[in-house]
Amino acid sequence: MSYRYRDDLSMADVAFEAEGTSLEELFTSAWDATLRVMIENPSALHSNSRRSISIEDRSIDLLLVNFLQELIYYKDAEALLLRLEHCRIEGGTEAAKLEAVASGEQIDAKRHHLGTDVKAVTFHRFSLKQEGELWRTTVVLDV
Amino acid sequence: MAPSGCVKINDTLWEIPRSYKQGMKVPARIYASKPLLDSMDSSVFEQVTNVATLPGIAGYSFCMPDGHSGYGFPIGGMAAFDTDTGVISPGGIGFDINCGMRLVATSLTWEEVQPRIQQLVDRLFARVPAGVGGKGFLELSQSEFRTLSEQGMKWCLKKGYAIQEDLDRTEENGCIREADASKVSERAVERGYKQIGTLGSGNHYLEIQVAKPENIVDQKVAGVFGIDRPNQVVLMFHCGSRGFGHQIATDYLQSFLKVMQSKYGIPFRDRELACAPFISPEGQDYFKAMNCAINMSFVNRQVILHRIREVFSEVFGKDPMELGLHQIYDVTHNTAKVERHLFDGKKRKLLVHRKGATRAFAPGMAGIPREYRAVGQPVIIGGSMETGSYLLAGVQSGEQSFYTTAHGSGRTMGRNQAKKQFRGQDLEKRLLEQGIYIRTSSYSGLAEEAGAAYKDIDEVVRATESAGLSRPVVKLVPVGNIKG
Repeated sequence: MSYRYRDDLSMADVAFEAEGTSLEELFTSAWDATLRVMIENPSALHSNSRRSISIEDRSIDLLLVNFLQELIYYKDAEALLLRLEHCRIEGGTEAAKLEAVASGEQIDAKRHHLGTDVKAVTFHRFSLKQEGELWRTTVVLDV
Repeated sequence: MAPSGCVKINDTLWEIPRSYKQGMKVPARIYASKPLLDSMDSSVFEQVTNVATLPGIAGYSFCMPDGHSGYGFPIGGMAAFDTDTGVISPGGIGFDINCGMRLVATSLTWEEVQPRIQQLVDRLFARVPAGVGGKGFLELSQSEFRTLSEQGMKWCLKKGYAIQEDLDRTEENGCIREADASKVSERAVERGYKQIGTLGSGNHYLEIQVAKPENIVDQKVAGVFGIDRPNQVVLMFHCGSRGFGHQIATDYLQSFLKVMQSKYGIPFRDRELACAPFISPEGQDYFKAMNCAINMSFVNRQVILHRIREVFSEVFGKDPMELGLHQIYDVTHNTAKVERHLFDGKKRKLLVHRKGATRAFAPGMAGIPREYRAVGQPVIIGGSMETGSYLLAGVQSGEQSFYTTAHGSGRTMGRNQAKKQFRGQDLEKRLLEQGIYIRTSSYSGLAEEAGAAYKDIDEVVRATESAGLSRPVVKLVPVGNIKG
């Protein structure tokens, strides 16, 4: 599981590339990359609150975009920052379904080294594809 | 770099003709000095010419001097569409709907404020939540939040968070009437209803600034705007519609992707340029939901002003009006609004998209507060926290861009590069040595906003003046800053 940020893809916002040997690994890397924009020490998050995520979409692209939107939603709606515990994806690159569980806690500026608020997941330069054994994605976040 | 087909019209205007790209309905026009044009990344030119292909576009697809790459439209992008034949596009407005600037005067001078600057900034930092996941002090039900999203600043007036003068000195008087909260999703409300009165993060800030005598460009107009004494202290802040607006944009972008090509036959170039005919059910639903976000953002900035008045009143032991805490003006950056403009020799109703661009009405135009009408609409252009910002005025020659000008200085350095080059703690110390006291919710976020990561604000303002889009009135330099 890995990701890296790409300044050359977005001057004003945050772009990252993530990869994984399965779609589940890829989605987990993308979640971690998005979370890391908002908190520099995600390991400081205690697992006090747990949320289940269930999404179905007409394409794997939209599934990933809407999956990352869940992290942003809980940050705003409940002031929760969540680490992904596990996720399972069924279906192919067209209709696909995701079940996941994430846990974390309410933002605490004393213990959490906060970064930049993420507003949205964009389709700008978005790609998700399989190359050999690896799944790769490029995502630009609006911050 | 600009593409080879880009033609120089004059020193601050460049045109990319329709022949550059198949499907362009109008040419693209970029306002910039040569150095600013050269600093624009290639995506700006692709995006501004993609916008030129959209149905119903009037005149040109424009980019302002602070333009940089965005999503769908460039940041600094502006395009007007015929309301009968044209489209509405979330990509022409941005995720942070009605992200905007507000400027507030005081009757205090820097000599009076200097001994209390740290106390003021510390108290403002405590009262105006900033950063990731910030919650406001208002306890609202979701139903009340929907009401305020339809009423805008009129809601603030009823609840005692505004005075009439604040509404009079806000673009659209702080309320777009065609707002319908039934077009807004539950998720959007859930993301936003606890966030009234918060700054957010990224490039959002609240700044205490000084109008030094040597930085007054037009003393008469500065006086009309309420800047009338040497070293007068003012407050400027920049924020938007928070999670509420972000979710509305996200919801409708996805809804437009489903119908753009299949239902309306509009060719697809970039998913972030998803759109629908303005008069279609989808287009009208988005327009009414987007207007709710515009209104919510006006309320957000108004409640922040209410907090500022409380803090100054506590620190100086006087009524806010005795301290001269009068709003100068509030401008929006990210909107689509129906306006009447002269086009092709006739007055026409146009849907004007401004994304990272500011309306700049000329002297005499309706829509400008009565007390400012003779000198033109105030325009607020925010710079980096190190270099200062500007108050400008609209001009008659702004007709060429449907009375639109720049909004900020525009980035020249990526966020990670800035974090590698600067340390937030070092920057805080250096700024203090320069006489700027800063409080931040994120040191890494502070490093991302270093002055060197932005274009030269003076160059941007000179370009807008030279191009005849707006004219500078006063440059304002920071002395205290709350960074989101």
